[in-house]
Amino acid sequence: MAITQRAAGEYAIRIEKLEKRYGDTHALKGLSFSVKPGELFGLIGPDGAGKTSLIRILGTLVLADGGYAEVLGHEVVKDYRKIRQKMGYMPGRFSLYQDLTIKENLNLFATIFGTTLEENYELIREIYVQIEPFKNRRAGALSGGMKQKLALCCALIHAPEVLFLDEPTTGVDAVSRKEFWEMLGRLKSKGITMLVSTPYMDEASLCDRVALIQEGEILQVDTPDAIEAAFPRSLYGITGADTYSLLLAMRADERTASVHAFGDSVHFTAKEAISAASLQSMLSEKGFADGVEVKEIRANIEDCFMELMSGGRLADEEISK
Amino acid sequence: MENEFSIEVRDLTKMFGGFTAVDHISFEVRHGEIFGFLGANGAGKTTAIRMLCGLSLPTSGKAEVAGYDVFRKPEMVKRNIGYMSQKFSLYQDLTVSENIYFYGGIYGLKRKVIFQKTEELLEKLDLKHARNTLIRDIPLGWKQKLAFSVAILHDPQIVFLDEPTGGVDPITRRQFWDLIYEAAKAGVTIFVTTHYMDEAEYCNRISIMVDGRIEALGPPAELKTRFQSQDMDEVFVKLARG
Repeated sequence: MAITQRAAGEYAIRIEKLEKRYGDTHALKGLSFSVKPGELFGLIGPDGAGKTSLIRILGTLVLADGGYAEVLGHEVVKDYRKIRQKMGYMPGRFSLYQDLTIKENLNLFATIFGTTLEENYELIREIYVQIEPFKNRRAGALSGGMKQKLALCCALIHAPEVLFLDEPTTGVDAVSRKEFWEMLGRLKSKGITMLVSTPYMDEASLCDRVALIQEGEILQVDTPDAIEAAFPRSLYGITGADTYSLLLAMRADERTASVHAFGDSVHFTAKEAISAASLQSMLSEKGFADGVEVKEIRANIEDCFMELMSGGRLADEEISK
Repeated sequence: MENEFSIEVRDLTKMFGGFTAVDHISFEVRHGEIFGFLGANGAGKTTAIRMLCGLSLPTSGKAEVAGYDVFRKPEMVKRNIGYMSQKFSLYQDLTVSENIYFYGGIYGLKRKVIFQKTEELLEKLDLKHARNTLIRDIPLGWKQKLAFSVAILHDPQIVFLDEPTGGVDPITRRQFWDLIYEAAKAGVTIFVTTHYMDEAEYCNRISIMVDGRIEALGPPAELKTRFQSQDMDEVFVKLARG
């Protein structure tokens, strides 16, 4: 293989020019990135970005059509058995046995991996105690939140070195999402490498590094901080106006590069450098004077994602790197 | 019945055996209002929506939707509302225009009206080139915009949107909200659930359900002040965590 082998241990996960096709659909268009041991790495992108395909290839469940992928120094096809012993996988769809109880599911997974619930109990204790009162209930009869905790316990039962989590927070309310990320934070402190996919842009800030992906291509890989700092233009937050009228008025102006609703404000960038004062007078021209406030703000991951999607680039130094 | 509200709910309650899923909720939604209906998973949102859509009979209380009592006239309620959810909306094995025709037929529109509306809709959504494409072959973002337009094809007074924007990219998500604003401006009442807290801020008013009850109701700005929070996310977490 032309691609150079690196010493095991330097990367927990490494992919180079990874390709996947399903018939006419080009799901992964030559992705490359690596994850360091102990890192909490986020794959951030909407449905159809290729997140699940990538996780399935790394989890040795699906074959790539080209490129190279390794997990913990093992190549995903040749050494799939070694990887399976050391990885945990929580699929996007609940995939445990619905007619087994919580306890039975855990014992089954422990037995498959030649271990017991007791042996690695410390690792799952915090999560398990929350579902323990229902340990004799069948998995099919659990609430969404409890199913999620059980699935995470089963994925951890053999103390894996690397954990793949495919959209664990999709369709989950804001509070449960927060709790789930707190659990991931505690697992990280135990040294487990994690690859987490999510369509929620705000979860990027909870990762050490992220890959922003869209339609099988990587838009950017970096720390959330560095991605935000690389936003190329002055970004203004406008508050205090009727959102929809403001969007329509600003979109129609040729000076506008982008204008998007963001919670209670509107984020605006201009094609050419513009000061807060001249933006304020631009707004007044359009009849948005009363109570409207303009402030220069720092871009968040969602701003950056939209900029990259629209064919924009983040700072030039990022490109040349 | 003509009044200023599209939805009027008094002490609406639903019990499943000994479990109270919806516990005496009361609120009104004005014509053309964008009303956000929030709550944690399991708080009772889906049960409440099913009652408001005439799909599930309340245990007690009163609810009028589009001027019809959900107890006595559930069929009239269904005829006067639109519904769209992320999970179910369009038929994957029908083409774009077949889906429009099918829904138009379900809602009892005349052929001529359906054909005219189909053209308007394809033009507006820039989907003319895809009229004969199967739904399963069009991108998710188009599907959602089309699903919304189909849900209001019969000019309902109210449209219920159950997590309509899950999984789409941030630009498409915002384009979807443009359609919502536009419909609201035209007088359609929007009743929407979402897990994106920034979308909660786009609503005129929102309610937050906790354990079957409505714990807070008001414009986003007012709720942020009342709960001394920076954004809706903080309000939501404060309320739902108790």
